[in-house]
This record gives sequence, C-alpha cells and structure tokens, in this order.
Amino acid sequence: MPPVTTASRAPGPFRLTDEHEMLRDAVRVLADERVAPRAAEIDKTGEFPEDMRRLLADHDILALPFPTEHGGLGGELLSICLAVEQLSRACATTGLILAVQELGSLPITIAGTAEQQARWFPKLASGEHLIAFALTEAEAGSDAAAARTTARRDGDDYVIDGSKRFISQGSVADLVVAFAVTKPEAPRHERLSAFVVEVPTDGFAVSRVEHKMGIRGSPTAELAFTNMRVSTANRLGEEGSGWDIAMRTLDRSRPGIAAQAVGLAQGALEVATAYARERKQFGQRIGDFQQIGAMLADMDAQTEAARQLLYKACVEIDAGAPDASRWSAMCKLVAGDTAMRVTTDAVQVLGGYGYIDEFPVERMMRDAKITQLYEGTQQIQRLVIARSLLGKGG
Amino acid sequence: MRIVVLTKPVPDPASGGERLGPDGRLDRANSPAVVNGNDEYVLEKALKLVEAAGEGEVVLLTMAPANAPETMRKALAMGATSGVLVTDPAIEGSDTVATTRILAAALKTLEFDLVFAGVDTSDGTSGLVAPGVAVLTGLPYLSYAATIEPDTNARTVRVRRITADGYDVLEAPLPALISGTQALGEPRYPSLKGIMAARSKEITTIGLSDLGIDPATVGLAGATTKVVGSQPPEPRAATRVVREAPDEAARQVVALLAERRII
Repeated sequence: MPPVTTASRAPGPFRLTDEHEMLRDAVRVLADERVAPRAAEIDKTGEFPEDMRRLLADHDILALPFPTEHGGLGGELLSICLAVEQLSRACATTGLILAVQELGSLPITIAGTAEQQARWFPKLASGEHLIAFALTEAEAGSDAAAARTTARRDGDDYVIDGSKRFISQGSVADLVVAFAVTKPEAPRHERLSAFVVEVPTDGFAVSRVEHKMGIRGSPTAELAFTNMRVSTANRLGEEGSGWDIAMRTLDRSRPGIAAQAVGLAQGALEVATAYARERKQFGQRIGDFQQIGAMLADMDAQTEAARQLLYKACVEIDAGAPDASRWSAMCKLVAGDTAMRVTTDAVQVLGGYGYIDEFPVERMMRDAKITQLYEGTQQIQRLVIARSLLGKGG
Repeated sequence: MRIVVLTKPVPDPASGGERLGPDGRLDRANSPAVVNGNDEYVLEKALKLVEAAGEGEVVLLTMAPANAPETMRKALAMGATSGVLVTDPAIEGSDTVATTRILAAALKTLEFDLVFAGVDTSDGTSGLVAPGVAVLTGLPYLSYAATIEPDTNARTVRVRRITADGYDVLEAPLPALISGTQALGEPRYPSLKGIMAARSKEITTIGLSDLGIDPATVGLAGATTKVVGSQPPEPRAATRVVREAPDEAARQVVALLAERRII
C-alpha cells in the first residue's frame, strides 16, 4: 500500500533562522509601536487605514513578495507569513494589506511574462499601488468555476461584462486581477482567463462596499464591469488558463490567511494572559484558578501547533512540494479554526470585560471569523485535503 | 572610505541563558549571543560616515566560535558590507593577550582607512583589546571618541575624546584605530531591506593557520591569565510593584525606603 501522504522534500523539524527571527522581530516592533495603537480606531471607523498602508510601504514590508530586480525584497513565503502574522497580532486589517498584496500579485508571478512583471511589480513593491484578486461572484463562491463574468475578444482588446463580489481591497486597489469567461462552451476548468485591470478605467465601477462583522478597515467591495475594455497585453497566461492560475495562486496565498489567523490567536492569547495575571477575584489572580489556567494552556498549545504547521507548510510550498494544495489547505484549516477558538476563549477569560470594546479581544474574535471563510471556506479546505488523500476527482 | 569594525558576540543580557562551562568559563558556543553594545555604537558611526562619504565599505572583524555568523548577521543587516570571522577550535579560552595578537594578525590581512572598536565589551570589560591591537599594528589609538571626523583628502582623522571634565580634541594620520561608546549615538534598527540583503552578504571564515599563528601560543594553552572560579549571581528577590494612586504610592514608597533605612 502506498504511503498516504507524499514524501516531505524539505528538512523535517526546523527552527527559524536568525534572519527569519530578525525579520519577525523587526515587524513585531513596528506592529507594537505603530500598528497596535491604531487598531481599535480602524475597527471603529471602518475606514481603510491609508496611514498603515504608507507605514508598510515606508518600511518595505509591501516589497517582501516581489523580486529584487523589480524593487522587491525577494522574500520567500515564510518571510511574508512571518510579517503577516506579526502585523495581524496587532491588527488583522493591517496584516491583510500585505496578505492581499501577495494574493493579488501571485497571478502575475505565476503566469505573467517578464514584460508584464516589469510593468506592474515596481509600483506594487514600493507600495504606491495596491492590487486586488477578483475571482468570487455573487453566484460563484465555493464553486468559483461557475463564474458568469464574460470577456469577449474584440480586436486587440477584450470587452469584459459582469460583476465580482467580496473583493478584498477592491475599492482601494490600483490593479485588479479579474477572472472572466473567455470560452463559455469549454470544459469547466478551461472557461476562465485572467486579466489585469488598471483602475480607473471606463466601465469599471465599485458598486458596493460591504458592512462587515470583522476586518472592518479592509474594504470588501462589489465590482461592476460594463463594456470594460482591457488590452490583450493585460491577459495573464493563455486564454483558458484562468482556473489553473487561480488555483495555483490559492495554493500559495492561503498560508497568508493562516498567518493572519495565527497572529490573531497569538494577540488574543497575550491579552488574555496579561489579564489573568492581573485580575483578582476571590482574593487571588484568576490565572491561578485551574479552569482559567487550563484554558490559557490550551490556547497556547493550539496556537503554537497552528503556527508550526503554517511554517512547515511555507517551507514545503517553497520547496516545490507536489502536494502544495494539501499543505496550503491544511494550514489555513487548522489556523482558522484555532483563531476562532482561541479568540472566543480569550473573550471568556476576560468575562464581561472581554465583551466590551475596552479590550481588543472582542474585535479579535470578530476578525477571526473571516479566516474560516475567505480564500476558501473551511469546508473547501477539507475538500482539497480529502481529494489529495483519495486521489483527484471532481 | 573603508572602515573595519571589531565586533564581538557577547552573551545576550536579555536572554538570561548564559552557560558556564565545567571549568567556570563562559560557554560561548551555547550561550545566546548578541553584538556587543559598544560595538553597535561604533558600527553605527562607521555606517553613517560611509553613507555621508557616498562610497566605501564597512567590514566586520570578529573572533568567535564557529556559530558567530548568526550574531554577525544582525550587524550586516544594519548595513555592514561583509564580515571576516576568525574561528578555530584552538582559540577557545584565549585571554586578552592572545585575542589581541589574533585580531592584530587578521587586521594586517585587510585594507582600511579606519578601524573602530567598542571601548570595552559587556562580558570581559577589560577594555584592553583595542589599545593592544593598536600597539601590535602600529596604528595611532584614539579612545573614548564622542565624535569622529575623518578628512580623506588630508588623510587625517579628528576625534573628541571624552575626559573626566570635558573633552580633548585629538588628531591622527590615517589609518587609525578609534574606540567609542554610546556617546556616538543610537544604533539603527535593521530595516527589512537590510535584513533581507544580509542573507547574501559574505562572511569569510579564516583560521589560525591562515594567520600563521601557532595554536599552542593562544587559547587556554597560551593564556597568561587563569579563571580560578566563577559563579552566577544570587537571584534577585521578588520585585514589589506599587500600583496605588500617586499620593498613596509615594507614601508607600517613602515608608518602604524608611523601613530599610535608605532614607
């Protein structure tokens, strides 16, 4: 009987290198000193934190995912995730700015020509431009291949019509990677093509920005495309390769969401621990009650387990593991559920104080929920993992 | 301008993880290390001078166990160009005399206009190595620099040396060796760009044979001093934190000090 999982290519147990720790600590200091003090207000106003975007740009954090020849820092997946984790520990909305910059750029990294990369990467690396990833539609969520947005060839252009929903940073992005049907009659996974839309452009409109439960500073937009012309020079890869590009993108981007989730869990654990150390009831600090101590211990162990799976997934994916989809889905599944559980327990440790906005854990709990939903629901992650176990199907 | 900075990994004071070996000496290979504080100040000054000159290099020179590159990377991330690590099993246990001889020999293999060193290191605190290296290499030695102003055209350097009641202004021809302290200014945090760039910077490793030094004359074998004994400090008593309102807190602090007969 063959082994259930594929052989691990990357070295097994590992520690972060000194460079990784240095990078993590540099971002942590910035997150503690500059991001954390803004987090509550960002959540309250629900406005995109332009100052945080500038902060990340000024400190070259947005440059991490891009190659050095285009002004980036050439960071591999683990470096990017360490940065997302530290930022999200303070503010999940701010962590998402980097995660989405990575998500939106991946289709260009995966399928873009050298010319296309040279055209778009420098301003993305400098943080002057933001990019969004537009795959989901109102009727095509988990079933993304059912997209209805069309792209019709007309001379040297495509004419794109349709709409996209739940697009993170869709209303603040300068570039939008949009997936549209170019071959309606083709098999399911050969219908889509990917296009880089340079905003603003005629026929592009933001038709709605959602009112959300969490990550409230990160605008989630509905985009409307009406007779929108995009040059063939803006198509990524071959016509019909859109589905493949999207799936390969998600294989690399889901760890970014797992990193956001681990950061949220860690942030909540730290608040709960500090509270349990200070808060006294019945004449003793509440952390010394076994029920509270045990909760904190579980929160710590679960967060660390999710973190280690995330780091391992990053290393495997960067090493070109053939089961990248599996690693990617597993780390998001575990980290997302961990973030939800740990932030919920953090609210419990704080009791009534956890439920009000005097402490950040209620925000973290609301923010955590999204990590179980976007870039594939937890149900889709399980589907991906199960397919990897049972052999390709569907 | 080319500046060599003597950089020593020392036990990380924040880690509390220093290990003493069975012979009472610090187990450097197994203690979490950081760049010596005074070395960071002179490194910062070296980086600023090269940046202001618009050209040049800052090269780290380190004598340490083979795991030192981990610590040297932080200095490279701050902006140093490259590093030279002198490491050799026979070096272990070297006293200040042997350290001075080894660093002086290594320095002679490098080109430079200036050599910077921290006034002393937080582990040994002898402060003997920098002046010793200056003597063995024949370099002018300017200590306790609060400012460093090289003039590359005139091939001179001017420093303000901190004294007990002010400062002296010293001038020396280049090349020269200068030691400094925190008076030179806060070291920078490594930027992300610096951290990522540090990964590909070169650290050249050399051994005693490259320097023509007989292993028997250094290390424990050649030491002129001997560690007779050492022990970790007594753990500190628990800290008492007063969290009352200012008036009440002040009253309690005064009472506590009075009780201990401090005031």
